Amino acid sequence: MPEYFHSVRLMPDRCKGCVNCIKRCPTEAIRIRAGKAKITEARCIDCGECIRRCANRAKTAVTDSLEDLRSYKYNVALPAPSLYGQFPADVPANVVLCALTRLGFDEVFDVARGAEIVSDATREYLKRTDIKKPAISSACPAVVRLVQVKFPELIDNLIPLEAPVEVTARLVRGTIGKELGLRRREIGIWFITPCPAKMTAFRQPLGTQKSCVTGAIGISQIYGELLKAIATIPRDANCQRATARGVGWALSGGEVAGAEAVNSLVIDEIHNVSEVLEQVALGKINVDFIEALACSGGCIGGPLTVENRFVAEHRMKQRLAKMRAEDEAAGVKPAEYQADSSLTEYDRLSIEPRPIMRLDEDIFKAMYKVEQMENMLKKLPGLDCGSCGSPNCKALAEDIVQGTAVETDCIFKLRERVRDLAEEMVGLAGKLPPSLEEREEKKGE
Amino acid sequence: MNSEQGIALEYELKGGDFEIAGEASSKIKRVLQQIGVRSDVIRRIAISSYEAEMNVIIHAWSGVLKARVFPDRTEIIVEDQGPGIADIDLAMQEGYSTAPDHIREMGFGAGMGLPNMVRCSDEFAINSVAGQGTRINIVIRHS
Repeated sequence: MPEYFHSVRLMPDRCKGCVNCIKRCPTEAIRIRAGKAKITEARCIDCGECIRRCANRAKTAVTDSLEDLRSYKYNVALPAPSLYGQFPADVPANVVLCALTRLGFDEVFDVARGAEIVSDATREYLKRTDIKKPAISSACPAVVRLVQVKFPELIDNLIPLEAPVEVTARLVRGTIGKELGLRRREIGIWFITPCPAKMTAFRQPLGTQKSCVTGAIGISQIYGELLKAIATIPRDANCQRATARGVGWALSGGEVAGAEAVNSLVIDEIHNVSEVLEQVALGKINVDFIEALACSGGCIGGPLTVENRFVAEHRMKQRLAKMRAEDEAAGVKPAEYQADSSLTEYDRLSIEPRPIMRLDEDIFKAMYKVEQMENMLKKLPGLDCGSCGSPNCKALAEDIVQGTAVETDCIFKLRERVRDLAEEMVGLAGKLPPSLEEREEKKGE
Repeated sequence: MNSEQGIALEYELKGGDFEIAGEASSKIKRVLQQIGVRSDVIRRIAISSYEAEMNVIIHAWSGVLKARVFPDRTEIIVEDQGPGIADIDLAMQEGYSTAPDHIREMGFGAGMGLPNMVRCSDEFAINSVAGQGTRINIVIRHS
């Protein structure tokens, strides 16, 4: 197994070893060991659900910081559409974009522009007759990784298009490299991200050889400075925003609207996505297109955002209505996909399954383990309390069979053992040595 | 377990019980994932067991779904007590359905159940006695 880079990490000194994160992890990737949460790298899909759940803020996402800009001659910020949702609709988009240049970026390029191109490419893709339906959007990296680990049979249903940020980065790298005569390693391209999975996607892309994005900086990390900067920017500042079609990707349903996909299904929140994909795998869902997003409400619900997702959604809707009116009045059209630009289907690599359920490489051993697991599961109390450090009794049964846990890790089994031992001790305490005991046979003699 | 016996799974089904519909097939699917059967094969097994399970729930009064998982193949046997199928050849045609309207309105009973099972399986056998019930045997090889 190759090593995985993961953005989601644990800060051990803050972890109290409670069960909140293990119970919510959609791939059961977390166990509590020695009082601390431990993430099983091979299972983690970087959805950030544990970051959201942790009351002690012990889970974090490793992202880059503004300090990292110093290592590059020219820095470009690529803000995610969800960044707009962090501010009231009366703060104009161009002001938000220009404010980023005060934080040390030389240039800002709206990722929503890439979203427009991907919308257009998706619309074209869905017209094809040689594709697997339902086609599943690959814009959300956590969903792509969920398919990889839990639904490998649906890998071919994933649309082989890059995510908007990658498309945008490729555009920017191409133009800036030429215009400024800079080499690749002299240009830093930074995604301003609502999401830890994107960070992972840049370090360890799926379907692409190498990402064009240098790194990711969490929205929450620069929010404070950005707020200050926004106050200093004139309202008519000259920074070009994308159209409502691209910006709409911040909300769940934005992709479907952008691609004008008629027979489509929109699902958000990772557990919901998992449930629906289960049905897709059974051939029950007859739609052309599925937009699936790991965060509730879409990217505005990302774990690295600041604003409450319902508030952000309201603001985004207000902003989008405004943008549409402005775009219509000015006759601005969204960017289109150029079939010859190979912006989207650039060097696609096949996405390999990462099956996590398999108990053993050897099918005979695996079958034996399945039986052991079933037998063990019957013995466990079925309360799914999580006190043993595994998310539920089934997971503990699996951990026991795999040798990473023992039966008495279950506090109820332990209690049973203690009771049995105690009863045995009481029984033994009543026993007398033969020298004192009046034996049956003696009585009979 | 030994390789001759395989893993035996058995689930009781009740006609009209849509709340647990699909549970038996999900459990079978999980076992296949645990032993590392290829995902495209798992998909075929899951689809045929799901269709078989749904047929019992939609049409029959009660039934049982049995799966035997061997290293090289999975066998699925579904037996139900129900109305049976009067004309099997007709029932095997795509789009032919005897499901009542209220079931169809729910998106079930599109007349694809039996054809889907045949399409997904390597061996398929069906026996039915009108007024008594139906028995389906499916074998899907793992490679």
